[in-house]
Amino acid sequence: MDFADSETMTVTPPHVSEIPGAGIPGTEEKLQNWQIDRSRAPIATKIVIAGGFGVGKTTFVGSVSEITPLQTEALMTQASEDVDDLGATPEKLTTTVAMDFGRITLESDLVLYLFGTPGQQRFWFMWDDLMRGAIGAVVMADTRRLEDSFPALDYFESLGLPYVVAVNHFEGTPLYGPDDVRDALSVSPGIPVVTMDARQRVTVVDALLALVGHAVDVSPE
Amino acid sequence: MTGGSGRGARRPARVRPYSLTGGRTRSGHVLLVETFVASLEPADGPVDGPGDPVPTGTPGTRMLPEIRAIIELCRRMRSVAEVSAMLKIPLGVVRVLLSDLADQGKIRVYGTGRGPGQPDRALLERVLVGLRRL
Ligand SMILES: Nc1nc2c(ncn2[C@@H]2O[C@H](COP(=O)(O)OP(=O)(O)OP(=O)(O)O)[C@@H](O)[C@H]2O)c(=O)[nH]1
Ligand SMILES: [Mg+2]
Repeated sequence: MDFADSETMTVTPPHVSEIPGAGIPGTEEKLQNWQIDRSRAPIATKIVIAGGFGVGKTTFVGSVSEITPLQTEALMTQASEDVDDLGATPEKLTTTVAMDFGRITLESDLVLYLFGTPGQQRFWFMWDDLMRGAIGAVVMADTRRLEDSFPALDYFESLGLPYVVAVNHFEGTPLYGPDDVRDALSVSPGIPVVTMDARQRVTVVDALLALVGHAVDVSPE
Repeated sequence: MTGGSGRGARRPARVRPYSLTGGRTRSGHVLLVETFVASLEPADGPVDGPGDPVPTGTPGTRMLPEIRAIIELCRRMRSVAEVSAMLKIPLGVVRVLLSDLADQGKIRVYGTGRGPGQPDRALLERVLVGLRRL
């Protein structure tokens, strides 16, 4: 986005009074102590939840988040010279990409954000921005459509970022073992593959533990 | 792209990012999605203090509702993503507004509390311990 683009500056947010909980104590979900104390901020960490369309990313985030998952939008401007059939319409096209996220306060001074990537896989650059400083990624897979996970796997593999594969098992579908899934996805033996149910908090936490444990294992020193 | 039948069917060839600058805005603030920000105004004071009006006749006038909303919301510690989501302002726009507000001394950018790049082992261990306690 061009910061000087007037188009992007005419967005009209709702007035404060219309925003649930905005700045009004008591109307918001339970406030954490670090939200009230403005003398210092906690440490912010983040994990990205990736995977194909409808694989359960939003469900995953919602199962562990201390807040109802929030959605944020990024407005993208497509430079006209990159679009070859614009012809007589040289104005820029804008596209909105939605991304949802949740939050877990792990300690009074340590917060973990979970970002669900947008399904559209052409927005790689947005992932670049998101991945900066991230602990790593949980790549969700549905055994009925394993190929949907390939773009995300390729992306994290190429960046050299820690990731794990989390097979979101939908009941009534065949249950494959982690090794079968690893083979089918050609994921190297060093990458953890876990089976989970995005609706069950305990298995979601296990998937996060697998990722952070793996990130520790591959971290230098 | 060939074979497209008009704007609706055509897949965009390439989309430009709102940021290729490592999260750094024009005036140098690093505003990642998880970066913490908060207002420098007192918790229950006026949004616009005396002698501190938004100048009229500048682009700031047009932005007043957004700016007021951000300052109000940031009476609590917020991440950039939370400001964007709660006020329904796209991330890229929120980053510009927050950067301007930081320049004007109305909000403080606290950062992420960690170094740039991958979190170090000690931080990862802390996250691990925190997750195990859930
Ligand atoms: N049975 C079953 N249903 C699930 C599971 N996880 C998610 N679902 C359902 O699958 C549907 C899609 O889940 P979402 O969490 O919205 O998937 P998503 O990856 O966020 O989808 P997009 O953002 O559209 O790509 C929803 O109706 C969920 O309730 C699961 O583990 N088991
Ligand atoms: Mg979703």
